Amino acid sequence: MAGERGEEGGEEGDPNLKKRAHAARSRLIVRLGAFLVSHSALVSVVCCVAGFITLFLLPVLAKHTYISENALMPGSANPLFSSQDVNEANRFIKGIIHKRIEKEEAGIELQKFIGQSIADVGAEVHYHKFSPHTNHFNPLHFFSSTSNTARIDTNNSCASFGVNTVGIIRAPRGDGKEAIVLVSPYNSQNMEYNEALSLGLAFSVFSLLSKVTWLAKDIVWLAADSRFGEYNSVSSWLNDYHNPIFSRDSGNLDSISNDCHHWNEIRIQGANSNFFKRAGTMAAALVFKVMEKKEKGDRDCLTMYAEASNGQMPNLDLLNIVHYLAVHRQGLRVKIETMGSLLNSAWVKFTGEILEGVSRLSKSLNPQWKFDVTTADYVEGAATLASSMYYQALGVPTGSHGAFRDYQIDAVTLEFLPRFYLRNENAQSTFLLRSGRLIEGVVRSVNNLLEKFHQSFFLYFLTAPNKFVSVGVYMIAFALLVAPLPIVAAALFARAKANEITTDDCAEKCTPIDTKESEIATGSWKWLQAAKVLLMIHSWAVIVSLLPYYISHMINLNSTMSMLTWVSLSISTLPFLYALFGSPFSLNVEWELLKAVMVATISIGLGLMSIINFSTAQIGAMLLVPMSLLVHPLKAKMNVNALLRAALLTCNIAFAFLGFPPVALLVAKGLSEGFGKLSIGDFWEWMEFLWEWNSATYLYLLWVQLPCWLLCIHILLHPCSRGDSRHKQ
Amino acid sequence: MASLRPLSRGPFLLLLIFFVFSLSLLRPIQGNGGSDGGGGGEEFSEELLLKPLPDRKVLAHFHFRSAAPPSAANGRHHHLFPKAIAQLVQKFQIRELELSFTQGRWNYERWGGSDPISTRNAKPPGVELWALFDLPTEEIDPTWKNLTHALSGLFCASINFLESPTAYSSPYWGFLSNNGNLRYGALPREAVCTENLTPWLKILPCRDKAGIASLLYRPSIYKGYYHSQRLRLLSSESKGIILEQTLTVVLQPNSYTSSLLSSSDAQLQPSWSLSQLFKKEMTGKCVLAKSSKIFLELERGLLEKIVEIRDDSWSNSFFDLFPSPDREIKELENSNGQVGSSLYEYKVDNSNENKPLDVGITWKLPLVWSSVHAPFQASRFLMGSGNERGSIAISLQSTQTHDQYFGDLNDCTVPVIVLQVVPWYVKVYYHTLQISIDGKPQTLSDVIEKIQVTPSEDKLLPGTLEIMLRFPCSMLSATLSLDFDKGFLHIDEYPPDANQGFDIPSALVTFPNIYSSRSYPDYDVSDDSSLLHNLQEKYLVRSYTEVLLVPLTTPDFSMPYNVITFTCTVLALYFGSLLNVLRRRIGEEERLLAKKDSARPGLVPLLFSRLSSKLKGRKLLLKVVFVALVAVVWHYFLNSS
Repeated sequence: MAGERGEEGGEEGDPNLKKRAHAARSRLIVRLGAFLVSHSALVSVVCCVAGFITLFLLPVLAKHTYISENALMPGSANPLFSSQDVNEANRFIKGIIHKRIEKEEAGIELQKFIGQSIADVGAEVHYHKFSPHTNHFNPLHFFSSTSNTARIDTNNSCASFGVNTVGIIRAPRGDGKEAIVLVSPYNSQNMEYNEALSLGLAFSVFSLLSKVTWLAKDIVWLAADSRFGEYNSVSSWLNDYHNPIFSRDSGNLDSISNDCHHWNEIRIQGANSNFFKRAGTMAAALVFKVMEKKEKGDRDCLTMYAEASNGQMPNLDLLNIVHYLAVHRQGLRVKIETMGSLLNSAWVKFTGEILEGVSRLSKSLNPQWKFDVTTADYVEGAATLASSMYYQALGVPTGSHGAFRDYQIDAVTLEFLPRFYLRNENAQSTFLLRSGRLIEGVVRSVNNLLEKFHQSFFLYFLTAPNKFVSVGVYMIAFALLVAPLPIVAAALFARAKANEITTDDCAEKCTPIDTKESEIATGSWKWLQAAKVLLMIHSWAVIVSLLPYYISHMINLNSTMSMLTWVSLSISTLPFLYALFGSPFSLNVEWELLKAVMVATISIGLGLMSIINFSTAQIGAMLLVPMSLLVHPLKAKMNVNALLRAALLTCNIAFAFLGFPPVALLVAKGLSEGFGKLSIGDFWEWMEFLWEWNSATYLYLLWVQLPCWLLCIHILLHPCSRGDSRHKQ
Repeated sequence: MASLRPLSRGPFLLLLIFFVFSLSLLRPIQGNGGSDGGGGGEEFSEELLLKPLPDRKVLAHFHFRSAAPPSAANGRHHHLFPKAIAQLVQKFQIRELELSFTQGRWNYERWGGSDPISTRNAKPPGVELWALFDLPTEEIDPTWKNLTHALSGLFCASINFLESPTAYSSPYWGFLSNNGNLRYGALPREAVCTENLTPWLKILPCRDKAGIASLLYRPSIYKGYYHSQRLRLLSSESKGIILEQTLTVVLQPNSYTSSLLSSSDAQLQPSWSLSQLFKKEMTGKCVLAKSSKIFLELERGLLEKIVEIRDDSWSNSFFDLFPSPDREIKELENSNGQVGSSLYEYKVDNSNENKPLDVGITWKLPLVWSSVHAPFQASRFLMGSGNERGSIAISLQSTQTHDQYFGDLNDCTVPVIVLQVVPWYVKVYYHTLQISIDGKPQTLSDVIEKIQVTPSEDKLLPGTLEIMLRFPCSMLSATLSLDFDKGFLHIDEYPPDANQGFDIPSALVTFPNIYSSRSYPDYDVSDDSSLLHNLQEKYLVRSYTEVLLVPLTTPDFSMPYNVITFTCTVLALYFGSLLNVLRRRIGEEERLLAKKDSARPGLVPLLFSRLSSKLKGRKLLLKVVFVALVAVVWHYFLNSS
């Protein structure tokens, strides 16, 4: 229906068609749709270009953050954290260092020391032991809330358990319904000085909070034993907090650890310190650690990490209060991750310069237009935005705060970088004072909250610590990129149909005998053939995505070998499927129909992915949309001039090259790190990384990107014989 | 005539007034006379119990008791007894009632869980109200509703929220055994402050102007770690009405050492005295009170440590009590002459403005002891995450005090009653009840002795679970878990701060075989201290669990605006196209089209031609140009100025 108007010019004489065209004319909306479809090439070019331009404009469109929830009131109270608390921290640090030196093989001495300190402060303490989790690829457990981790039961020695120390302050007059969590990770086996410092910081804040009278929410301090990784310890504690298992089978953790004498020591020390203690619903969590800085800076630095799994972010208000208190109260410099390679990139700078020129022009036209860009700002913003998008798109948490987001708890990791060498006592004290006051301020703010975080944004990109792009703005670029897809699909379908009608006319004139089979092959159900090809290729992609599960079970394979196995297995399944369902070339599918169906599925795939992880869809769209829109069989004839044709061909080949996920990754990696270190195994490692973290990006790459790329290759290599023969007819 | 009227009526009125007055004067006299003959009229007594707690805090328990003889003897008027309360009892036919306002949580682990003070005065945060009525069953619910309104007016609290049938329940035996005339409700979110204390004090005959209540200096009692203000009513035909008002606070004595003592130092208990704790002095009794006493209790755990030295029990090498008590009352421990707790009595009568009674304790040596625990410590928590479903788990941990409660560990079982009231929007699936003991799942029929489930009805009734379990005495831990789905609320059922989540009131764990009581052999009935009397009463050991916060799906409350906009758009589109279809004549249109068809321009040219035809009038074009020019000039004028 929709496409008739496009063909109207050619079919002026047919009265039948004209009547239908009149019927279509009846509604404005249909007419507009038809208009769009008939000008699909123009529409798609305009939309794509506009989409890319909006994407590059995002750093300019970023707004300043503001504290949306009034109840937070950051910085409204004077900090209580004083030099006395710093002394407390120093004493604690000395104690810990002493313990470490005292016993080379630490056992759980450190945990006991921390536990004793917590008990002395008057808070409740308990020890949480956990076994390391190994992440196994389990294809069926994506998105499921139950963790797909398996406990290692084979290695039952004491050394294979981590012990977290948890302290809980019950708010004196609170009702204990909510809690704020402080996490300070440290490695109990091999503790560095900076970890001792972060523990000391945490302890001093904790001991201060145990004395204050304004607490409304309980405070939980988790000294996370990160010997098996920070994330592991935090996530296993959270898992036991939220999904405890009451009835264990035989051979469980308890019975194993009962043999372990370290554990029994703790048991003797406090009768109740082994019961898992809880403190209500968690309102927010702060993970903080102190890093050692090599070079000297002018101010203490604070880096915020917020990205959790599958592009989820904590509420923006949490970042806002941290930023506000750090910058305006404690005078720290707040940073977030930036993509370093973009900072020096020439073309970003070039874009920035263009935008600066535009802004100058607009200022000269009307000084009231607030379009004010400088190149440096733009480059900085673009680099930060790119890293923000990249980490969200990757779907892998950037720190142990990610574990909290899985339970809908807002959490952020604060990484402190002191300005001086850590062991400088004086500098350490001022640093502790500042960071302690910051943490106290954040806790106090969150403590003020009556409701959970809900006022501010959950969907945003950061372009600077105090600038963000909200969902309403960054959606535009994606919407513009995806908008031409259905239009092009409709146009292609209509064109294929029109072709078919002409050939049908031909057939009526030339060959009056019409067999039933050919009717199916050429009739209005012809697109089913294309759909069949599509289905086959998608099922191939599903098989390919499941293969790593089996490959990872094979032992003694390095990443390159695994990758090669994966590729060869994938390629070998393809002919098998061809044999089963028939190859796309033998099925005589017209390339236009195939492309129409492919474009339609891409729009569905991208739409779905944008719901799951927007950034992945956004980055994917930048690659997939031009690739799928431009694809054109190499052999097909085009009635355009040679220059355009050559450009189209090179674009096609370039996109077909870049659209292959491994190549895209390798090129991206090569651009950022140099091409010298590349190996084929990189992709395998990357994929392993993605599925270990349950990232939906893995599914996107293998279920949307890969089949579409393969279909594009099919279209590129399409023989076009039938169409040509028809044209000859 | 008109002017004469009042004159003529004057004497009658005077007579009437005199008559009424004399009657009202007579009645109390009668009442008093009657009660004197019966052996006791209206009484009021005030007492205060102080107790050092193991974690360097002090418990202060104010106990006021007013009693009124049976109403028949007394009529409608009272000397001491608050009239408002008496009216309440009469109007609503209350047999028993308890109302508590609590801020903070009772720490069962540190402050004890099985002594008479904690079992009676540890209450869940917020407001808890229960009442036993002496009424036919069908009248109870309306009476309860009226009662909640009356109480909320009396105590300046939103107790009237308990009026809705979704807020209260009627447990059969989980709370108290009754024949369906008990109503129980809790408001965990109710904030407690001075506005609730003031009306509570107004019920006292001396208010807080004299006597023990004068110690209640608001800033110091609201600074505490636990604050529970309770009102308990008992009424019976034979004894009349008894009103007990208690206020239990846990305070942290201000000690200069607290900042110096941080971690490794010796944990010397802070020394304190009444004037230090409350920032007020005890300057004499309330003259209306029959007895006015202050007790200082030392726990068994503490005394056991001292007895080893065979020292004087109130002045020894560990601590000094000052001034020296008027009397020491020792508790008799039931078995083999163990040390029991001790009460030290001080009479307030002897104090006056010049000689305030300043009871206190000075610590000299650090002493560590622990409170008496209930056999199991109950805690409750939520499991799962997300807005869809979750589970409630109640866990009981043994406090390793078996020998205290049960003799033989083998072959011994302990019954435990759990009462759990769940609001309707937390849809509990009772069939998912799972019980595990020491990590081993149990078949329910082995453990459950009795169970009573009142399933919730949407927007009508909360779910109530009463369950009596029988656990082996040697059990270390047990867990009950129940799965639930989270329901959806109607938009106007959300409270103002819906995004905080919704509360599940505390569950109540009762140990039906274990009583908390003290027995004082020195105590004689003539002594008539109601506090001592209360301490000797047998009372079931109970503990409340934490209040839970369930995050429910909350709509974005700015959404209605969006919804209205969207709905209006959709409606406009719908009605627009409907009208379009209705007023259309297709046949005619086709004819018209056929006529026009020969020269039908495309869409863009059509639009273009229409636009140009409108612009064709030169006047219009001129107007537009003129306006644009004016705008530009105006703009630059504004900018330059």
